[in-house]
Amino acid sequence: MPPLNFSIILPLLVLTVWACLLLLVDLFVKNKGITALLAALGLAISLGITLSQVGATGTSFNNMVVLDGFSTFVNALLLVSGLFGIALAYGYVKRMGIERGEYYTLLLFSVVGMMLMAQAADLIIVFLALEMLSIPLYVLAAFARPNVNSEEAGLKYFLLGAFSTGFVVYGIALVFGATRTTSLAGIVSAANAASSGTSSLLLLTIGSALILVGLGFKVAAVPFHMWTPDVYQGAPSAVTAFMAAGAKIAGFAALLRVFSLAFPSLASDITPIIAVISALTMIVGNIIAIAQTNIKRLLAYSSIAHAGYILMAFVPYGQKGVVATSVAAGLFYLVSYALTNFGAWAVVIALEKAEGNPSTGSGQRGLEIADYAGIGRKHPALAAAMTVFMFSLTGIPPTLGFVGKFYLFRAAIAGQFYLLAVIGVLTSLISAYYYLRVVVTMYMREGEPETTSEPWLNLTWGLAAVLTVIVSLVPAPLFDWASQAVLKLF
Amino acid sequence: MEFILQPLTLMTFFPLLGVLVLLFIPGDKKNALRWTALIASLITFLISIWVLTMFNASNPDLQLVAKYNWITVAGWNIQYYLGIDGLSILLVLLTTFLSPISILSTWTAVEERVKEFLLFFLLLEVGMTGVFLAQDLFLFYIFWEFTLVPMYFLIGIWGGPRRIYAALKFFLYTMAGSILMLLAILWLGIYQGTFSVPDLIAKGGIDPHTQLWLFIAFAAAFAIKVPMWPLHSWLPDAHVEAPTAGSVILAGVLLKMGTYGFLRFNLTLFPQAAVQAAPVIAVLAVIGIIYGAAVSYAQADIKKLVAYSSVSHLGFVMLGLFALNPQGIQGGILQMINHGLSTGALFLLVGMIYEQTHTREFKVYGGLWKVTPIFGTIFLIVSLSSMGLPGLNGFVGEFTILLGAFGSTVLNSPWYAGFAALGVIMAAVYILYMFQKMFMGPEGSIVEEVRKHGHALRDLNWREIVTIVPLLIFIFWIGLYPAPFFHLMAPSVDKLTAAFQAAALAMR
Repeated sequence: MPPLNFSIILPLLVLTVWACLLLLVDLFVKNKGITALLAALGLAISLGITLSQVGATGTSFNNMVVLDGFSTFVNALLLVSGLFGIALAYGYVKRMGIERGEYYTLLLFSVVGMMLMAQAADLIIVFLALEMLSIPLYVLAAFARPNVNSEEAGLKYFLLGAFSTGFVVYGIALVFGATRTTSLAGIVSAANAASSGTSSLLLLTIGSALILVGLGFKVAAVPFHMWTPDVYQGAPSAVTAFMAAGAKIAGFAALLRVFSLAFPSLASDITPIIAVISALTMIVGNIIAIAQTNIKRLLAYSSIAHAGYILMAFVPYGQKGVVATSVAAGLFYLVSYALTNFGAWAVVIALEKAEGNPSTGSGQRGLEIADYAGIGRKHPALAAAMTVFMFSLTGIPPTLGFVGKFYLFRAAIAGQFYLLAVIGVLTSLISAYYYLRVVVTMYMREGEPETTSEPWLNLTWGLAAVLTVIVSLVPAPLFDWASQAVLKLF
Repeated sequence: MEFILQPLTLMTFFPLLGVLVLLFIPGDKKNALRWTALIASLITFLISIWVLTMFNASNPDLQLVAKYNWITVAGWNIQYYLGIDGLSILLVLLTTFLSPISILSTWTAVEERVKEFLLFFLLLEVGMTGVFLAQDLFLFYIFWEFTLVPMYFLIGIWGGPRRIYAALKFFLYTMAGSILMLLAILWLGIYQGTFSVPDLIAKGGIDPHTQLWLFIAFAAAFAIKVPMWPLHSWLPDAHVEAPTAGSVILAGVLLKMGTYGFLRFNLTLFPQAAVQAAPVIAVLAVIGIIYGAAVSYAQADIKKLVAYSSVSHLGFVMLGLFALNPQGIQGGILQMINHGLSTGALFLLVGMIYEQTHTREFKVYGGLWKVTPIFGTIFLIVSLSSMGLPGLNGFVGEFTILLGAFGSTVLNSPWYAGFAALGVIMAAVYILYMFQKMFMGPEGSIVEEVRKHGHALRDLNWREIVTIVPLLIFIFWIGLYPAPFFHLMAPSVDKLTAAFQAAALAMR
């Protein structure tokens, strides 16, 4: 057995140790703001190491963990998401009276799980990472206890999450049964060796489909999306923001890697399934979103819909010539989604209030879309930022969301999935309707909105809005990085 | 620095400088805001005149080209590519010309949220100019979609009572078309390997069946924008609810983006499909001409009447373009300009009277000519121009189009021109009907109504005259001596139609 090469997981390792120490340090820190800053510092250090590893490759732990361009890209994105998550939570938890030091530690552990997911080269590690990222999220979702909604969100997420993990484990077991290995590289060669029509290939197909179900749950793809609106609505907004971006990134990282590496030979069976899931997710997510009046539920359905778009990126995963660009498209879209998502949730948090205001009559806690009336006049910068996010989620230039969709649809068209591409654009049109409703409310209806202004929060939405526009005008470096990231994968 | 000093780049993005300055002026200094926006758009107009002086009319190709690699990684080949030729120069001038006029028209009409209004307006100008100049499909699409955003706000915030509905309808309709175009653009980018329009034209070689699909996808975007019958239903709502300046720009420039799109992309990129589709489009155009005219006559609201007359007039433009011969296309381009001038002027005039009376119902007007003689005279000239009276601009455009349609070998039937000519007659009916109701006969109830509020209906003031006179100059100029305008576009149009003949021959 070769010696363990810890440099492969150095960012991960640093963050794990940091989180453990932070748990102890937090006991002696009265001001939880310091815990938050320390947690952010840990993420920043880990991000620094990750960025220094750009271009490095290698495997370790008996080929169970891998470091390559893909994992570096995803890890960097996850760490930045973690930083955004802390920036959003910093003032929010104080305001909502749920400030506890564990918040930040849990968030760090969840990021550790997500990063492990991106580096997994073995199904066992995938499972380990899945649990590692999920369990802190279950706790975080219920963090606002004894708030009933938050408790319900936590419990619901936990029960359904545990259920879906069961699918993943069973899928892994079947795959192991079919191929006698859990390593992604081993599965490929075993699958190639098995001639078609044998029972082991059937087991492999079923196994991979079950893994798809489990991961589909994590990324909130239809029909495994039922938990999303309730959990997103019930969980504290800062948690939801982090969950919506982080869990999605990690889930897709796993899907992209596992399917395109381990199961390309099953493409003829799996591709139609993914195509249907992708189409359904776009359609259902966008159509149900129309009926929402609560901004958190609206963003929840929007997040479901976006899972459908990203799924589009790896519908053509079995086509040799297309897979690299389409996975790169998926990565690019994850960046654009994460950025826009954090921006939008930052605005939601800026309007959310701990207590209802009965005198205004509309909504209780600033979470109804109607509560956004009049922001355009009273807080022009905030409204402009939210407008940028809404346009970006719709895919209107000049925003990052447009460039991301352009890239995604290219993958679908290059893979000759024209119908899927048409469904994609038509559902984008539907989405324009409900995203614009938020804009309409902000600019074209009168109201007396109450907002909170906190430095970190303002920084988050301000930065996200500026980047959403600027990066869309100079997307070449990001494109380049995304395509470099997948270069060595195939 | 070299990048921004390219004449076309400078012209496109100069209004952004105005936006930047506006951001630093406090919102309650309304006149400072207005002057800033006006000066920014006037300088943009001067830049466009400078561009015109550098434009070589005898060269049919793209000129003053600004071309840089933009996104050329990961298999992409996207360029920042601006260029101007005979097909676009007049439309660009129309855009830069109408923008300051529209801003001038808002001087007293917009009192609420002036800063935002002007911001959106200047942003809109950037988008429109970019649409006419972009020679890379990706860049074009960005400008094209981007124009939606400011216009959506202009209608939605400063519009009439049903403004939110109208703004949303405008946005969704237009977006519905353009997303299909987006897919076609992607197809071209992937399978032809470039987004640059000249390169795509040079490459050609798309099989006719695929061409037809791509043609339809592009046509969906443009036909909604034009709007062609039966996709026009967003237009009356948008026009009626939009503020005056919004209507002027909507009718004057935004609709031309649709017809220009057909001209620049559908005809050049998919020549064979264009030949195949020409009869269908011509039929829809003729239906639009007659339907628009008929429905105009039935309106009780002045703005709605003008809106439906746009459907009719743009039917003429489409008929001219799809005659696919030099007369037809030249007439079509000129008619785009004419419609921009005449309809723009009509909306301005309607806006001016609406500012005083706050109603656009015919039935309350009457006998205005006596009360406001200057207004009446100008209104008459513009109306006559809109209905195509010889000596004014509308006639030249419509006549050339009818000639083109009549002699078209592709359409190959006199009936198109025959039915379209009916539209000219019907235009006279609804326009004169409107004029008669408003300006002749006994004084309408509104005159008394306004008088009751302490001040009589006033005639046009100096600012309003300054706003409208430039339009009148061009209405007469084009009507009496259109040669310079044809001269600007002729070589490019000839080049375009020559490419057609080759394509049509290759198909036989």
